[in-house]
Amino acid sequence: MTEHNEAVIKTDALIIGAGPVGLFAVFELGLLDIKAHLIDILPKIGGQCAELYPEKPIYDIPGFPVVTGQQLVDNLLQQIEPFHPEFHLGEMVVSVARHESEQGVLFHIETDAGTRFEAKTVLVAAGGGSFQPKKPPIPDIDSYENTSVFYAVRQMESLRDHHVLIVGGGDSALDWALNLQSVAARVTLMHRRDEFRAAPHSVAKMRELVAEGKMDLLFGQVTGLEGANGQLTAAKCKGMDQAAFRVPCDRMLPFFGLTMKLGPIAEWGLNLHENLIPVDTEKFETSTPGIFAIGDINTYPGKLKLILSGFHEAALAAQKAHRYIYPDKRLLFQYTTSSTSLQKKLGVNG
Amino acid sequence: MTDVTFIDHTGEARTVSGTAGMTLMEVAIKHQVPGIDAECGGACSCATCHVYVEPEWMEAVGQPASMEEDMLDFAFDVRPNSRLSCQIKISDALNDLRVHTPARQS
Repeated sequence: MTEHNEAVIKTDALIIGAGPVGLFAVFELGLLDIKAHLIDILPKIGGQCAELYPEKPIYDIPGFPVVTGQQLVDNLLQQIEPFHPEFHLGEMVVSVARHESEQGVLFHIETDAGTRFEAKTVLVAAGGGSFQPKKPPIPDIDSYENTSVFYAVRQMESLRDHHVLIVGGGDSALDWALNLQSVAARVTLMHRRDEFRAAPHSVAKMRELVAEGKMDLLFGQVTGLEGANGQLTAAKCKGMDQAAFRVPCDRMLPFFGLTMKLGPIAEWGLNLHENLIPVDTEKFETSTPGIFAIGDINTYPGKLKLILSGFHEAALAAQKAHRYIYPDKRLLFQYTTSSTSLQKKLGVNG
Repeated sequence: MTDVTFIDHTGEARTVSGTAGMTLMEVAIKHQVPGIDAECGGACSCATCHVYVEPEWMEAVGQPASMEEDMLDFAFDVRPNSRLSCQIKISDALNDLRVHTPARQS
């Protein structure tokens, strides 16, 4: 084990996933004086609501005849503001370990960015799993990944003086084409058609660079890779007229959006059933005491993958979480409409 | 009821039926047709319900709208007969429609 010097973040509850259910869990935990940190693999808050359908109307949130995905996220953020949740975005949880100590059970959690947490309880609100880059179904692409094929750019310098083929027509493809154009030996942007979904000024800039001969723009799709031992030498392509051609390159960056994969959740030692986490319907606790699973990621008899079900699950999980965090305190059931102490926590009293 | 046939990448055909107004994706999910993932549930936001419409059905099915064209950029091996099945509403005019599903959606 390597020694880490960075401070471990201590929290009552760690919520994995900042979608609507994870966000509402902050509220239910907050009413019970449980402080929460949230981690999400996306660089933004809101999970699928923000990533997949920010503008899509949702009709089955109680009390809202219609609300868009983004409005719901914005409202939830406003609702949980009194509890000052702390977000850790763009990070993926790689490990969750349970430790029994003299102070009781503690969970040690680590992300792919090296952030470490010590939590008294963990709520997995990971929806459909982690959003990860879509991998083009090109034969043998696996053998080039992380040597010649990359789905994200961590450091531009790593691409200096390389012949980079960027595939895609959205903002990621355009942004990286523009950023890398001055670093790489040559940037070639390939897209299946002469229309781009990216910001108009990026598209204009790209066309300008192409006109000046500073980068190349090709139309087509990659069908195969040439090279050996993970070292790419060219991409085999076909145009929309199905004509074959090849593009010499030693790095390829495909940008085809995101897809949901279960990801490292499978390695946290929790029982799984068909990529879902079985829980009881009283506390929504997993096979590991102290770890809860709420929202689309869990399963139980009669489960409905609805946001409203996730809200209910968050409320009940919070009750049990209170028992772990305050084992000596009796939990009094209270309503936000009438309880002075709850209203104080919400900042609406006096 | 409208019959539609999904042919997977191995050539296996499955004929299922739906009612007019349902999307082709909904018909596939209802009958658990493999090869259609539909991660986003029909919001035209994920391109994991990609299908190839058989050439003789292209005219009846029509062309994708611009939002769907944009989303097809996230699909793989896009061809002139590519469509997202969540954007095709079935009707009597599409009875016996035949579409092919790709080997992988994502």
